Amino acid sequence: MVIEKPALETIWQWLDGVPDPEIPVISLTDLGIIRDVEWQNDTLEVTVTPTYSGCPATRIINLDIETALRDRGIKNLTLKTQLSPAWTTDWLSDRGRRRLEEYGIAPPQAAGGPSQCPHCKSQSLERISQFGSTPCKAQWRCQDCLEPFDYFKCI
Amino acid sequence: MSDPLFEFLCRMGDNTLVLGHRVSEWCGVAPVLEEDIALANTALDLIGQTTLWLNLAGEVEGKGRNADALAFRRDIWDFRNVLLVEQPNGDFGQTMMRQFLFDAWHKAYLTALQSSSNAQIAAIAEKSLKEVTYHLERTTDTVIGLGDGTDESHDRMQNALDRLYPYVGEMFTSDTVDAALSAEGIAPDPASLRPQYDTLLRDVFSQATLTIPASDFAHKGGKSGQRHSEHLGHMLAQMQWLQRAYPDAIW
Repeated sequence: MVIEKPALETIWQWLDGVPDPEIPVISLTDLGIIRDVEWQNDTLEVTVTPTYSGCPATRIINLDIETALRDRGIKNLTLKTQLSPAWTTDWLSDRGRRRLEEYGIAPPQAAGGPSQCPHCKSQSLERISQFGSTPCKAQWRCQDCLEPFDYFKCI
Repeated sequence: MSDPLFEFLCRMGDNTLVLGHRVSEWCGVAPVLEEDIALANTALDLIGQTTLWLNLAGEVEGKGRNADALAFRRDIWDFRNVLLVEQPNGDFGQTMMRQFLFDAWHKAYLTALQSSSNAQIAAIAEKSLKEVTYHLERTTDTVIGLGDGTDESHDRMQNALDRLYPYVGEMFTSDTVDAALSAEGIAPDPASLRPQYDTLLRDVFSQATLTIPASDFAHKGGKSGQRHSEHLGHMLAQMQWLQRAYPDAIW
């Protein structure tokens, strides 16, 4: 039996269509957690790196990857978890950053805090808490429009 | 004594497991919503790290136990966490003081572990360090804010420091397990990290207007498993009862 092996580019495109379960405006590839995709003989091996070690979304993400690929006819599939190099927000794509901001989540900045309010673009901001509704976010507030907003932590 | 590598991995995993569970006890009852979320997130990071350490411990042991089996099916005498992390939460100040004293050690230790001769340990350390650096930032700010705050918050933080400081020494004691691992380049000698820890504490407590107790007496017996405090048993009774009553229950 000959197993048809889709090209890796095609597989990356499919994965590009899988949304992050917690922040569905960005895809798993935007998040930068899919580190590698390759064929090991007839088995497709996908290497995934966790964002935070205890993030409950990690299991859902693995399930979503598996479902997306099985739906496209991939039968032999293994998911590999890779801890090192540790995930960093530097791996967020530019498209991902843009989509986060449009969605109302300020993208990570090397300076350690948001550069502007995602709603009114004011730069007069204050931190409410170093943590937020998911491990990857912190809570900030705009001092002009007074809206609280999420900031995607820079790690 | 069992294999030093297994002992070491249990020490790492039990520290984060016991502290993670303690911190999670605040979920829903913290003083303000933002702190509630911060505490729950900290607990989540610690439990996530526990999974990595204890799964590796089970793998090294080779008896088919995974992180869940080690966390929920061992009794108190098999736990290898330091006494500091099993101490009760007390008030919010005491919880933050315990976290700061632990985070400062944890960050120094993980930093050294990143260059472990064991690649799996180095990878877990690298991953955990990012989270722990963030924890230490927050606890440093909070200890300074509350110490150098009102008379009431200052007194509570000083009481917390007086109560918990006798548990600091154990984190830096070296025993035969440490010696074996340090000889193989797997983990640092804990005693070698004490000077940088003391420097950080002096700096933070001076900003927090708090006085470090003069006595260097140290309670010991947690990391060796010889003598845990009475608090651990109560905590395990709560943490383990479901898996004890209904082994392998899932949902």
